[in-house]
Amino acid sequence: MLDLDHLNEIWQTIARNKTRSLLTAFGVFWGVFLLTILSATGNGFENGLRKQVEGYATNTTFIFTMPTEEPYKGYQTGRVWNMSYSDVETLKAAFPWIAYVSPTNYLFANGDNVIYNEKHGSYSVKGVLPDYNEIDRSKILHGRFINETDIREGRKVCLLGKRVYEDIIGKGIDPLDKLVKVNGIYFTVVGVIRNYNENVSFNGSSNESVILPFTTMQKVFNLGDEIETLALTAKEGVRVSSMEENVKSLIKERHDISPTDQSAVQCFNLEEEFDMFNALFLGVHILIWIVGLGTLLSGIVGVSNIMLVTVKERVREIGIRRALGAKPRSIMRQVLSESLLLTILSGIVGLCIGVGIMIVVTIVINANPSENIMFLEPQIRFRAAVTALGIVVLSGVAAGILPALHATQIKAIDAIRED
Amino acid sequence: MIRLKNINKTYFGAQPLHVLKGIDLEVNEGEMVSIMGASGSGKSTLLNILGILDSYDTGDYHLAGQLVKDLSENKAAEFRNRMIGFIFQSFNLIPFKTAMENVALPLYYQSMTRRKRNMLAMEYLERFGLKEWADHYPNELSGGQKQRVSVARALVTQPKIILADEPTGALDSKTSAEVMQILREVNDSGITMLIVTHEKGIAQRTKKIIRLCDGIIKSVEANDPNAIDLQSDIK
Repeated sequence: MLDLDHLNEIWQTIARNKTRSLLTAFGVFWGVFLLTILSATGNGFENGLRKQVEGYATNTTFIFTMPTEEPYKGYQTGRVWNMSYSDVETLKAAFPWIAYVSPTNYLFANGDNVIYNEKHGSYSVKGVLPDYNEIDRSKILHGRFINETDIREGRKVCLLGKRVYEDIIGKGIDPLDKLVKVNGIYFTVVGVIRNYNENVSFNGSSNESVILPFTTMQKVFNLGDEIETLALTAKEGVRVSSMEENVKSLIKERHDISPTDQSAVQCFNLEEEFDMFNALFLGVHILIWIVGLGTLLSGIVGVSNIMLVTVKERVREIGIRRALGAKPRSIMRQVLSESLLLTILSGIVGLCIGVGIMIVVTIVINANPSENIMFLEPQIRFRAAVTALGIVVLSGVAAGILPALHATQIKAIDAIRED
Repeated sequence: MIRLKNINKTYFGAQPLHVLKGIDLEVNEGEMVSIMGASGSGKSTLLNILGILDSYDTGDYHLAGQLVKDLSENKAAEFRNRMIGFIFQSFNLIPFKTAMENVALPLYYQSMTRRKRNMLAMEYLERFGLKEWADHYPNELSGGQKQRVSVARALVTQPKIILADEPTGALDSKTSAEVMQILREVNDSGITMLIVTHEKGIAQRTKKIIRLCDGIIKSVEANDPNAIDLQSDIK
């Protein structure tokens, strides 16, 4: 097949019958073009939506407590209780699948609770462990996150949310080592953080919070051993939702709560939301490929159809070739090669134009950045492009088979008959 | 060169049509023979059989010493390519190929390299005075030029015989005379030639006239092409 002279002969037939070739090629061009545009658009929406939840460990569950529903071990129904800091170590020891765990305590915004020099504001205060930044990731704009030493030594340090820093210290001023008064106690600023995005937040936006080391907060605000919520991230490959019952049982056991109490320990995880999200996009991609492949298929049927018609139109040409000594095999090869070359060329052109348009769209989008954009990097994946071209090649052969079989039926004598 | 023995051909349609009813014919190397007959006499069928474009029912056909019978499509294509040159009434040039490419086409099916076959094609075009027209497409050529291109195409493979089907049928009398002159010259170079025609003026320019009537050979007569005035009206 790959002989240059043969290719030349095929190319000549295609190039010198431009209208016919363009008509034939258009269907496949259009199919590949639409498939590219659709697939890239789907990817754009997916990328946009994924960006919205960027920074969240999706395999995470948040545990919080409610009053008990059943009497147990002498305790009455409706007991208000809390988890304790020692639960963290116990859980870690009991469940090797835990990747990250962090308790969170809160001091809610209460008057102008955060003060720096003359400036002040009302912001929520969170106490967390270093692991917290793996669970609900923030961008660190200055300095660092809470570290183990802060926790161990109970250092009086704090992180400011971006809004807090801008409001009370001021943009452009180095925030590190400044002393900020939080609920009456001075803390040294060691970092400034920003949310990955504004749209998903648990426990309030980090931008408008002050973050303290968990142990420091316990000590200086006399919170005792109690913790309000606990966030757990499972290691990759473990579905955190399937582990929730084990975690609940252990916590119930440690706090004298009836094992059958359905209400006392509550879990909340985003896994189902992310599963839905993934299923939605799987659906979108399947739809795109069905529509795209459908269009491509109709293009291929079009190629086959037009080639069939042109073969009938070309009875004379093929008859002459046969009279001059072309074997049925070489006629078959010619028609198949024409079909293949036409579909490959039009497929590549369709792909290039589609990708080109989406590159322009990407450039336009990137030139106008916005936090809340729902449409990002609308590009066809390389593998998808290769797959599409593979399909085009196969279909090029498939489209050529029927016309080629018809062509081989043409006898030399047909060329001589005067019509 | 050509030996036909009791060739029979019947077309089976709604009504069976016995077109050739036992043709015996011998054409020697270097002869220039015309086959005449009214339409329906079977002369086209005979030419198709001679050109291995059609099969026959019974009898034997020997071409250049080889029996041509029940050939596969591939073998028939090879025989046509190597042994027979065709000249058609309507030229049958491929419209999207230049004169040179048309002439070179039979060599493509011999798997000759592009350079070599284009060179050969140019040689033959030059021989028929068409060197300047090599890059023109058939629709840019006159009828006489087209027929000269197809003569060049018929000769480029150096065939054993030339089969011409009404070679002047689409030409005016002046061009017809020119084409016949060329065919004469080709024949003079030693190539056997068979011309199917219904025009007397054409037949008289060949050396042997075979008259076909209702599927049988009615007469075979020798003819002296030099006896007629070459300037006389051909039609």
